[in-house]
Amino acid sequence: MQRIGVFICWCGSNIAATVDVKRVAETIKSEPGVVFAENYQYMCSENGQQLIKQAIREHNLTGIVVGACSPRMHEVTFRKAAEEAGLNPYMVEIANIREHCSWIHKDMEEATEKAVILVRTAIAKVKLNAPLTAGESPVTKRALVIGGGIAGIQAALDIAEAGFKVDIVEKNATIGGRMAQLDKTFPTLDCSACILTPKMVDCAQHENIDILSYSEVEDVKGFVGNFHVKIRRKARYVDETKCTGCKLCMEKCPSKKGLNEFNMNLNTRTAIHIPFAQAIPNVAVIDSTQCLKFKTGKCGICQKFCEVGAIDFTQQDTFVERQYGAIVVATGFKPIALDNFNEFGYADNKDVITSLELERLMNAAGPTNGVLLRPSDGQHPHVVTFIQCVGSRDTSGCGKPYCSKICCMYTAKHAMMIREKYPDTEVHVFYIDVRTPGKNYDEFHRRAVEQYGVDYIKGMVGKVYNENGKLMVQGANLIDNEQVTIESDLVVLATAIEPEPSVRKVATLLTASIDTNNFLTESHAKLRPVESPTAGVYLAGVCQGPKDIPETVSQASACAAKVIGLLVKDKLKTNPCVAMPDEMMCNGCSQCANVCAYGAITYLDKEFRIGGGKTEIRRVASVNPAVCQGCGACTVTCPSGAMDLKGFSSKQIMSEVDAICKK
Amino acid sequence: MKISYYPGCTLRTKAKELDTSARLCAAALGVEMEEIENWQCCGAVYPMGTDEIATKLSAVRALDYAKHHGGKLLTLCSACHNVIKRTNEDMKANGDIRFRANNYLKLDEPYEGETEVLHYLEMLKNVVGFDNIKKAVVKPLGRKIGAYYGCLLLRPSGVMAFDNPENPTIIEDFIKAIGGTPVVYPFRNECCGAYVALKNSELPKQKSQKVLASAKEKGAEEVITACPLCLYNLQVNGGDILPVKYFTELLAEALGVQA
Repeated sequence: MQRIGVFICWCGSNIAATVDVKRVAETIKSEPGVVFAENYQYMCSENGQQLIKQAIREHNLTGIVVGACSPRMHEVTFRKAAEEAGLNPYMVEIANIREHCSWIHKDMEEATEKAVILVRTAIAKVKLNAPLTAGESPVTKRALVIGGGIAGIQAALDIAEAGFKVDIVEKNATIGGRMAQLDKTFPTLDCSACILTPKMVDCAQHENIDILSYSEVEDVKGFVGNFHVKIRRKARYVDETKCTGCKLCMEKCPSKKGLNEFNMNLNTRTAIHIPFAQAIPNVAVIDSTQCLKFKTGKCGICQKFCEVGAIDFTQQDTFVERQYGAIVVATGFKPIALDNFNEFGYADNKDVITSLELERLMNAAGPTNGVLLRPSDGQHPHVVTFIQCVGSRDTSGCGKPYCSKICCMYTAKHAMMIREKYPDTEVHVFYIDVRTPGKNYDEFHRRAVEQYGVDYIKGMVGKVYNENGKLMVQGANLIDNEQVTIESDLVVLATAIEPEPSVRKVATLLTASIDTNNFLTESHAKLRPVESPTAGVYLAGVCQGPKDIPETVSQASACAAKVIGLLVKDKLKTNPCVAMPDEMMCNGCSQCANVCAYGAITYLDKEFRIGGGKTEIRRVASVNPAVCQGCGACTVTCPSGAMDLKGFSSKQIMSEVDAICKK
Repeated sequence: MKISYYPGCTLRTKAKELDTSARLCAAALGVEMEEIENWQCCGAVYPMGTDEIATKLSAVRALDYAKHHGGKLLTLCSACHNVIKRTNEDMKANGDIRFRANNYLKLDEPYEGETEVLHYLEMLKNVVGFDNIKKAVVKPLGRKIGAYYGCLLLRPSGVMAFDNPENPTIIEDFIKAIGGTPVVYPFRNECCGAYVALKNSELPKQKSQKVLASAKEKGAEEVITACPLCLYNLQVNGGDILPVKYFTELLAEALGVQA
């Protein structure tokens, strides 16, 4: 006979204000099998847990039900308490009477009645629970970082410094990411390349870091501690081990008209190229869509001139497969496309540019060698107008609903830098709000206004048009309540940022969840901000939400701390709630193996006694408990009902349904 | 083919030539515009008050008539089109307005936004086809023409679903079909200022002149519109910078059906 204890939590007023917790406990006392029922203000507190432990010991409880918040919050807490009192932790069930009841109801009578039903349901389940013991799985002491921008670089360096091996997989030909394209960084205005490239070099030289550039994650199998990852190494047509980065090939390449992605397509590059001077690895890559050898079969000049024989036009994509204990996603961002914003005339006017394009125009290594010149005619602009929130905070559906967070600061930076370098230039900034929280951030913006005389205009722009060779920016000045038109030479759009589109594929491979804006979802918005809900997957940088460099670096280091915490363990406890087939009922049809997303099910030929001293050999399913994640897909697929999930058996679920339906 | 047609008051008074030329052209292109019975003023301005029902009823009556006569309602005046299309959307999507309007009208069966509201330009593009118009043109215009959209055809863009509100192309395509050269100028989708004319007579002058000057600067020889209100404003307040005509007048000229 089971001896069940029931513990009803008030959660302060979170539950008690809507659910009559005393009445729930009283009503439940008369349930068959219940020998103890109590309510308490905070069951998760030290005293609350003490109450549970004492009741288990004094009443010889064989199972307990805690009516409280979501099991995602405190299931672990209560399981631990039960274990300390000598009860198997899997004999604990949670009835979620907060999220599923008190928070969503207003009427106390109804909510109380529902709480009683939810607790009864949990009692029905716990009566059929069996003690379970967690197994163990080994941890592969190597981490994978997807994305080689500043987020990935920082995470990799921190993990490597702790003594673990790290691989950085970067889809471009070099690491560095967006930060490598920036000119100066706020709020201190130090040169982006000067602070980034030493870290890139550190990555290249670190004995624990392996950079797989021009590569993409192709497939991911396994689970926390034991990921098995297949990586595509795209053919760069240059032997990475031979190329010395001498750039002779770039001098000789006759195909010079490819758009230079690194310079935001503001100038051109050769078909064989190294993306930028400080690229890591400092190895050339051939753009096969542009290369004459690939297009016409003729040329091959680079091959003739290459002194080390690194050019290999026959190179094919190759694959490497590696084991990892943890994965950091740091896939970064891109500025949104401006197709929905015709009013700003970006497509029609060369001198309407994005902020990232301005970064390149201001950069000493950029297309104009750092001299600010208009793309249309190469003249100095004398009036520059910035438009903030282009596609950010947009409720019309044309852009993004969120604030891109970095634009107020970088626009202030751009405005100040232009005023600093070219004091004869007038600078205007249209803004909705200026949002500059952060250490030394608001001071930075004020400096732009007060010290550098940047003209900030509160209001949005309705139209940018070309009139007699001038860009007319027509907008609202909400402070003066009037329409203004500013005759400008250069217009800069502070374009919203969005997650790099390839993140969708990565998220799918990792079964990591993603929100409506394609940002990866963290496990808990406040308390687990760098962990994905998928165990062993961590998030760094803009792939998780808009953020600037300091925040990205902090998050990357936090990720590294989490990864290190995981990799120092030799073994991980596995979830014992795994699938298990009833071999007598299994007919070996393979349907469960087909739906298993984790590859946990295989088949065995097993000998069975069939009576009369005879045996027969049958093919039956077999689950690898270390790989099974307990998702239950196989249990609902099995046509003969042979597959069941420990802790969530069909019998238990049916008894829960019965308890809900019983009046 | 026959299409139910809603002319509207202005087309009976100040904008007769818009109505006449449109009917002639449609006939020449094989479309019979069947004027709906007992139509009333659309209200001229879409009522923004969400509790305002009476001013929407006239539009609903016209829509319900068209529902039983072919299912499409053709409009020509931009203002009428704006009011009728937006009211239709209310009847489709706003349960409260639908309920109260139907309660008031007591139709045989409730009207729930079933009618498709079609502007004459949309009819030319989607029913006749610009390619067919091109074939029917007897006198290609060969002039540089600026399209003036104004605001009523384009906005609110979600409901009107007429064209890209910031970069529309339908009138430019129309101009190409009648053998003209479209001139794209930045102020073609700006307001002419007509709605504030009574409150502030200076502003419409500024706005209208800005529109015409912008068209002229980009090389237009004339400007066409679908809106009687815009036409009036551009002609009276536009400072005679460029001639302004209804788009149907040019269509009639190109098709050789001038009355």
